[in-house]
Amino acid sequence: MFGVSSWSELGGIILLSLAVSGTAVLLAAAAAVPLGTALGLSRFRGRAVVLRVLYTLMGLPPTVAGLLVYIAISKQGPFGSLNLLFTPAAMIIAQWVLVTPIITGLVAVAVEERDRRYRETAVALGATPRQTRLLVVREARPAVFSAIVAGLGRATAEVGAVMLVGGNIRGETRVMTTAILLETRRGNFGDALVLGAVLLVIGFAINSYVHRLQVGKEGGR
Amino acid sequence: MKARTSLSEAASPVMTATGLRRSYGERTVLDVGEIALHRGEILALMGPSGSGKTTLLRLLATLERPSAGEVRFKDATWAASPPAVGPSPGDLLSWRRGLAFVSQNPVLFTGSVRDNVVLGLELRGRAGPGAEAAVTRVLDDLGLGALALTSCRSLSAGEAQRVAVARAFVIRPEVLLLDEPTANLDPANVGIIERALVAAAGGSDWRPAILLVTHNLFQARRIAGRTGLLVAGRLVEAGPTRDVFGRPADPRTKAFVEGEMVF
Repeated sequence: MFGVSSWSELGGIILLSLAVSGTAVLLAAAAAVPLGTALGLSRFRGRAVVLRVLYTLMGLPPTVAGLLVYIAISKQGPFGSLNLLFTPAAMIIAQWVLVTPIITGLVAVAVEERDRRYRETAVALGATPRQTRLLVVREARPAVFSAIVAGLGRATAEVGAVMLVGGNIRGETRVMTTAILLETRRGNFGDALVLGAVLLVIGFAINSYVHRLQVGKEGGR
Repeated sequence: MKARTSLSEAASPVMTATGLRRSYGERTVLDVGEIALHRGEILALMGPSGSGKTTLLRLLATLERPSAGEVRFKDATWAASPPAVGPSPGDLLSWRRGLAFVSQNPVLFTGSVRDNVVLGLELRGRAGPGAEAAVTRVLDDLGLGALALTSCRSLSAGEAQRVAVARAFVIRPEVLLLDEPTANLDPANVGIIERALVAAAGGSDWRPAILLVTHNLFQARRIAGRTGLLVAGRLVEAGPTRDVFGRPADPRTKAFVEGEMVF
């Protein structure tokens, strides 16, 4: 079967999906892990409001993220001159916008929970404020990995943002989710199902890998 | 009877609390006169649940500030704020590094038993190869030698409690604050911890001042030189353990040592 045309085209779609979502999540983690850690450890006026905004953004619909990025990079937008619309770079930006709040929020919650649980013990053991923060963050590491994986799951699964700013151009910006959308509309359910199965297998592989990492961490140090 | 409700002694104490009070809003949970901790002595503090025992330990460990009164330790003073603003961060750190606090439900960090026991030394920059022997000895004293490399996630309650005590011991602090370190433990575990406490206090080199909060009357009798009874935040009886049990001055003490409920 595979009317998408060929298995090599399928391979290209899978690779682009992984490259776009992987890059978006790495860039998101680079910003979100320090930010979430700082939020989890700090206490300042207005923190509750910041967190509420963050939690709201965690549920940002992909189409809205796509729309915002679309406006920003379209010809008339502030970044129109960069000619990013309908390129993989645009898709990375859109997924970055979508995923950064998710990882930030999950990291903040995880660090805050560890902070409550471990801070006092660390302080009583004679830790300096800096040592206390390090101990708390170290305890939060497995949860930080989980947060990044949750972000990756969200990025690979979403369709709205990449559809809007990528345009689902064959051979250029077509990824698994947008291909599923197209094949289903064309009535090629078999092809859509194959792509869906590939998505699930990738998700399972990522989760298995992280699970092994975490179990390893819990054993020793 | 003033002497009977004062937990101070003639010899110069390591840590003293004076007029210590702690309130949450309108509710005063602790209001004790004077408490002094001396080197090489185990002071048992008994009292019903909610009588302020844990609050007292938290005040002495600077985990909470007093509402009134003060604690003195290592040339620093821990008092209500305001009026007090200090101690300086440096004094506070040296205070906390001069004592060890074992809470009722000890929190262990991710890692092995040995990782946890060595942590206090690491934080003080005292870990290194020179400390290996001391760590091993403390692990053995508390019956943890065979568990040194075991992950703390797989420990029983008794083992976890012993790790927390070992973590405090290895630092060799001047003051040990222990909040029911043997609650919910089986007799074998209780025996291990009690023997370690007696050996530390009576030893020739370290001799910490130990403040032991316990529900266990027999434990106080077995190992404490002095015993105090806290009821509703007040020290109703204090003195040599023999006297407190043998000739209790306060009727509430009498009821408590006879096993009746005290509120």
